[in-house]
Amino acid sequence: MKVKNIVIAGLGGQGVLKASDILADAAFRAGFDVKKSELHGMSQRGGSVSSDVRYGECVLSPMVPPGEADVLVVLEPTQVEINRPTLRADGILIGPDAIAPDALKNKKSLNVALLGAISTVLDIPDEHWMAAMHANLAEKLHALNEQAFEIGRDAARARS
Amino acid sequence: MTGERLLLSGDDAVALAALHAGVRLGTGYPGTPSTEILETFDQLGGHAQWSPNEKVALEVGLGSAFAGARTIVTMKHVGLNVAADPLFTAAYTDLVGGLIVVSADDPGMASSQNEQDNRHYARAAALPMLEPTDSQQAYDFTWLGFEISERWKIPVILRLTTRVCHAKTVVRPRPALQTPPEPGFRRDVPARVMIPAYAKPAHLRLRQKLAEITAWNETEGPHQLTAGDARLGIVATGIAAVHAREAAPEASQLTVGLTYPLPLERIRAFAEGVERLVVIEEGDPVLVESLRAAGIPAEGKPEMYRFGELNVARVRRILASDTSPEAVPPKGKPPELCQGCSHRGVFETLRDLNCIVSGDIGCYTLGVLPPFSAMDTCVCMGASIGVGLGMRHVLPEEQARRVVSVIGDSTFVHSGITGLAEMVYNPPPTGHVVLILDNGTTAMTGQQEHPGTGRLLDHSPTGKISFEALAESMGVQNVHVVDSQKIETLRELVIDLLARNETSLVVTRQPCVLAAPKIRFYEKANAEQRATETCAADVVD
Repeated sequence: MKVKNIVIAGLGGQGVLKASDILADAAFRAGFDVKKSELHGMSQRGGSVSSDVRYGECVLSPMVPPGEADVLVVLEPTQVEINRPTLRADGILIGPDAIAPDALKNKKSLNVALLGAISTVLDIPDEHWMAAMHANLAEKLHALNEQAFEIGRDAARARS
Repeated sequence: MTGERLLLSGDDAVALAALHAGVRLGTGYPGTPSTEILETFDQLGGHAQWSPNEKVALEVGLGSAFAGARTIVTMKHVGLNVAADPLFTAAYTDLVGGLIVVSADDPGMASSQNEQDNRHYARAAALPMLEPTDSQQAYDFTWLGFEISERWKIPVILRLTTRVCHAKTVVRPRPALQTPPEPGFRRDVPARVMIPAYAKPAHLRLRQKLAEITAWNETEGPHQLTAGDARLGIVATGIAAVHAREAAPEASQLTVGLTYPLPLERIRAFAEGVERLVVIEEGDPVLVESLRAAGIPAEGKPEMYRFGELNVARVRRILASDTSPEAVPPKGKPPELCQGCSHRGVFETLRDLNCIVSGDIGCYTLGVLPPFSAMDTCVCMGASIGVGLGMRHVLPEEQARRVVSVIGDSTFVHSGITGLAEMVYNPPPTGHVVLILDNGTTAMTGQQEHPGTGRLLDHSPTGKISFEALAESMGVQNVHVVDSQKIETLRELVIDLLARNETSLVVTRQPCVLAAPKIRFYEKANAEQRATETCAADVVD
């Protein structure tokens, strides 16, 4: 199987790394070889953050080469253009506008809602998404995020 | 444990291997990208400690290894500069317990002041160096490092880089060691007391150890040979090896795992079997120069690829000898001091007073950026005080009087105390003003404890250094503590101190806005713990 390349981008504090942790874990639970990479440190002080997740039968480099992302997920409108060069010419861009502004009870769950949206284009079974969410989020946040995931998934299905 | 499959960062993989290999003590100083190793080791149940700085961490680790315990010492690349003094002579000694020194390099400077290549240290100190490509190798090489260290009684450097430290990849761990060696003291003066009479034979012993390790590395070293097209042969190390495999999947590749001392004959044999030999390495041309010095005809990378990280696209360009200008990636939003950060008011004050600010390493280095633009120098941990004093000594009085040194609390403990000694000992004619921006944590690296917080790595209570009492005892003439939020008080104080020809220390204190809730939580838990212990003591009485 060809390696799937996903890049998740946004600003520090938006949950970019949490989202990529959940995605990588879901792919891992589905039995794929997985590599996930990003830069920590300065990026945590409100600056631009992006995280690369790659999965398939055998992943080599942990970084998505420029122009080879199959899916680009962006949590913040200002970060779309600076991350666009990472996307393949026929790649899928999922921006924050994929979710209606008032659809989420808590705006902080936008990261998980966008995972719901990309779940419709990735070959990872639902059970692994749920298990990965539970493993990476505090228990009191499970219900809220499950709901956000479904809202994102339904929004993506309605569009396609 | 066997058969288990985990998704781990390189740092976490090293921590897990340290636990499984029976490490009794982990020491270090926080520094991106190495910090998580000791934090994870602690969370897994290991004994991990933050030291005041890397030099002390390595000295504590060396003592532990002399006493027979497997020991790991962690730091970022520039931390090894601080620890270099013990490192070079530790190489002459005979260890009992295995000692791994982790150097986490930061090519591309994601969060560092330089991108020095610590492979030079292996050669300079004559110590074996292991370079994993992913988390599985980080795990395996930690085990192997202890085996090499104990077999040859020598410290081993485990060199990681940012992408190995922080990338999560799949790891299959092995069963934990059931009976790690028991510590115990055995006197061995010639092996551990490095006076010239003992150090001269020790240097010969070190070279003999390296010769034996080289022979072992040639036949049994942890290298990976990927058979492929004989027209292109690649020799690679570390993270660059996986970029190369992806950039040229058809090529023959030799990935070298123990990179010092090199298995030169093995590489020579590989070179003889390929038409074109290219070395793919991140950073300085360390490997390619070693091969050429040994008479192995190898192609390196054009100079432009010395700078920054490598990736698949850059390796493709290297293989194509492409030196055309690279596309500049769009600039993202730069980081900034958090809203509500206690450093903000301090930098606004220094900016408004037109101070010449000698800065230091930490979150507060962001004071250099707008809207503050209030920092004029930043070089290394602790340098703010010495550099500030140097400027004060030679600048014309009007300018000298505007110089202040700004240093964080953790950085002050790390290497600012000796700067304060310098200020008391060699005061400039206009005196000097040092500000410790005390936010109660090592904020930049993710809020680690230090000797000024009164809490250990696991946040339980311990002794606490008072900066103001320390400064007074050292003989600093004016010592003040102000609340960082009380800007007007701070402003008046700084104006007053700048006008005096005296030495001054101002501690501006207010917890880091991100750490404050956690600090309150730890302090409450520790107070409750103390109360319980007091009650128990009362009952016994």
